Amino acid sequence: MMANPTRIASTSPVLEGQPAPSANREMPGAVKWADDRIGLAKIGRAGLRKVFPDHWSFLLGEIALYSFIVLLLTGVFLTIWFKPSMAEIEYDGSYQLLKGMPVSEAFASTLNISFDVRGGLLVRQIHHWAALLFVAAATVHMLRVFFTGAFRKPREVNWLIGVGLLSLSLIAGFAGYSLPDDLLSGTGLRFVDGLIRSIPIIGTWAEFFVFGGEYPGDILIPRLYMVHILLVPGILLGLISAHLALVVYHKHTQYPGPGRTENNVVGYPLFPVYAAKAGGFFFIVFGFLVLMGGLFQINPVWIYGPYDPAKVTAGSQPDWYMGWVEGAIRIIPALETHILGTTWTWSVFLPGVGLMGVLFTGLGLWPFIEQWITGDKREHHLLDRPRNAPTRTALGVAGMTSYAMFWLAGGNDIIATRFALDLNAITVFMRVAVFVAPVIAFIITKRLMLSLQRADRERALHGSEDGVIVRSPDGGYSEGHLPLSHEEQFLLTQHLQHRVLEPGAETDASGVRRKKGGVSKLRARLSRWYLGHDIAKPSAAELAAAAHQGSHSAHAVEDGHGAAGVDGAGINGIEGPRHGADAGHGPERAGLHH
Amino acid sequence: MSHDNLPVKDPDLGHSVPDPGLEPHVERYTDVDKGAGNRAYAAILMMLAAVPVLAIAFVVIYFAVPRDAYIDFGLLKANAQNVGFGLTGGLAAVLIGVAVIQWARVLMSDEESVELRHAASSTDDDRAAVMGLWDDGVEQSSVRRRKLLLGALGGAVGISLVPAVVLLADMGPHPTARLREETLERTIWAEGILLLNDENWLPIRPEMLEVGQLVNAQPANLRDLHGVEAHQAKAKAAIIVVRMDPNSIKVPESRKDWHVSGILAYSKICTHVGCPISLWERQTHHLLCPCHQSTFDLGNSGVVVFGPAARALPQLPITVNADGYLVAQSDFTVPVGPSYFERDSSQDFKDGDQ
Repeated sequence: MMANPTRIASTSPVLEGQPAPSANREMPGAVKWADDRIGLAKIGRAGLRKVFPDHWSFLLGEIALYSFIVLLLTGVFLTIWFKPSMAEIEYDGSYQLLKGMPVSEAFASTLNISFDVRGGLLVRQIHHWAALLFVAAATVHMLRVFFTGAFRKPREVNWLIGVGLLSLSLIAGFAGYSLPDDLLSGTGLRFVDGLIRSIPIIGTWAEFFVFGGEYPGDILIPRLYMVHILLVPGILLGLISAHLALVVYHKHTQYPGPGRTENNVVGYPLFPVYAAKAGGFFFIVFGFLVLMGGLFQINPVWIYGPYDPAKVTAGSQPDWYMGWVEGAIRIIPALETHILGTTWTWSVFLPGVGLMGVLFTGLGLWPFIEQWITGDKREHHLLDRPRNAPTRTALGVAGMTSYAMFWLAGGNDIIATRFALDLNAITVFMRVAVFVAPVIAFIITKRLMLSLQRADRERALHGSEDGVIVRSPDGGYSEGHLPLSHEEQFLLTQHLQHRVLEPGAETDASGVRRKKGGVSKLRARLSRWYLGHDIAKPSAAELAAAAHQGSHSAHAVEDGHGAAGVDGAGINGIEGPRHGADAGHGPERAGLHH
Repeated sequence: MSHDNLPVKDPDLGHSVPDPGLEPHVERYTDVDKGAGNRAYAAILMMLAAVPVLAIAFVVIYFAVPRDAYIDFGLLKANAQNVGFGLTGGLAAVLIGVAVIQWARVLMSDEESVELRHAASSTDDDRAAVMGLWDDGVEQSSVRRRKLLLGALGGAVGISLVPAVVLLADMGPHPTARLREETLERTIWAEGILLLNDENWLPIRPEMLEVGQLVNAQPANLRDLHGVEAHQAKAKAAIIVVRMDPNSIKVPESRKDWHVSGILAYSKICTHVGCPISLWERQTHHLLCPCHQSTFDLGNSGVVVFGPAARALPQLPITVNADGYLVAQSDFTVPVGPSYFERDSSQDFKDGDQ
């Protein structure tokens, strides 16, 4: 490969205010016409060469955005034929097995789109796959933002918008899932009816208002249609615009690395590189969704048949993103209070309404809780490596684990039949697992993150192993170390470590005097729990000392103490690095790294 | 180049290694090898050239392939048009995407640029200016001197929300006690209504059922209803009729006349969230809801033995009419289906009741 270093950082172009590259360039007529009226050039000057950082994990949100665009395009196509009506008609389309059956107009028009409109099945299936991908990509994007700390100041508002987008996308998805009025979606609506009814005090009223009377009524599908194609997409569109506008205003976060600071952004200009990559990626997402729509069947409503309130199929499952709520509803033990002629049915309300409320409230509050615990009021534009926020990472993994357990519980019948296990045993196991598994996941993840911090510290201090095991004359084995590049050493040590808040301290972490009181005991205890176990990164002095030792041990390999381990005290930074200090203990310690 | 409004004043805070600055730029193979550059260029052009071919194929499939033609993949059959559309359309879009991205990756210059950030906040100047402007506006509005204006405006706008909310009161009928009695608390079952087998819509005679057999049934008067009324009635009236050995089941004193020699009828609507229950275990007399796995013991007045449901399945009292067919003795004695707030659940059967 031709790897010619051509230039180094100090000479890289800093784009600021974009001075005109060639002052004599005239605008083409049409652009000038537009500029005379809407001032295009001002926008272009500020934005045309705006820099975006490049990383695969920044594409997750893009997948969600492009799926949304595909949803809008395919959704418009579907509305051309879909009839949101629960009026009963006799099916007279080309699907022979249902000919002559009494079905709703909604169901009949869904079959019409699937069998009689050319390309209708393709677009219906693209629409459904895109909906599943939209929620999935948004969820994974949110996890990326969480684990890298991209929600920190100044991006808390954008995080809240994101939480709103995710919750609305669940509503949009569920409303759409219910429109074809097939047996599966009707079963879903039966569940929604039970869920709304279960709300204490106002449940019956809410049910009659939503369904226009007693379940199932004949007005729900027209109402869901309005929610699905107008109300929710309208709000989504507005929120997505705000979400993107804030990304532009804040400029994108970037991963730490040489030359990347809190005050700059390193990447490719919008025009042409980023625009080409993003635009090309839209076509790839679209293309894959079209391939899925053409090759992978989804929601074959003609097999389920029209909705019949007296029928249900075994193995009924909601779309994936409702699986965790479904699981919670399945595993909750029977809980109902009967007082004074009223019924409070907790075994529907708590897992249904309550659990969703807990998730979205918790997500919304998280940036503010973390800020309160760490006392961190700085702006952050460099992302955290997940290991450098061990407690946050562990909490995130614990949350994912709990979600996964609820989600698995939503398929307890499938697990039971596929693996020939006892259904009730699985259910009881899951009742425990949703609480215990996250605790285990938290502990394991936190240990892993701390170990990675230790490894980083080790590597920053002593460099990488050189891969040569040397046996000394007295039988000791050792491995020499090679110094790290300046760039890698910087990457391993650039992160800002927060100090644990002390109770009663009158200044915050960055030394600013507090206006009122100090840190409460509770806050100090939380801060200690949150930050107290972090492995101190090596200081400049420690690095210098290690480098000095290292130049010794370059010769010391023969003495058998080139690769001594570092004990716990050294790792925690209480004692200085002890690299190379254990001459003669080579055999037991060789190659041993925490 | 620099400016004063950077997000943080001390970007090097806590650094133990000085920032080495951006890594040196490494030229790509396509930058330095003319042949490689030309090959990448040709590959991109070929990808884009394939798109019109696929687009034409898509249109040909639209008009030339019959709508009901299918492709047999052995394990499954798939609609030929749908597969054709997906392959041609999907590949065309993917090729456009790959071509453009490849263009950006290997032909566009890949030198990274650096842009300085601005603090998200406004400058102190802007803040002071906007507060001044605000104060000027407040002064001009005279609310400082005429203090009731703001309160009065807020109150007026606030109250005007009430009519807007009241406008929604017709979204559905109001479930007052009387309406609940006519809807949630009643089904179309009544004395003498025939039980019809839900498969063939024929009345059921006791001798048609063997011990252990379960059939789904509907009230005969359901046939008189259509459209929404039929759905609403069916969503509550659906029952299961099951025959068990009378000696192997527990029949409480109060329900000893509710069955016909071991034939019992229960609501088919789960008391949890209302799914129609369907999975029958002949040996244990257990009935399992396929939605959330609530399990009811039909040999013991339908009490819950497992799962999230909290109330026993309501039992329908049945008997035999003069012609020897199964009929209802009355409506259900308690409301069927999932719980609601105003439901008086004191009358439900609890394990051990007589």
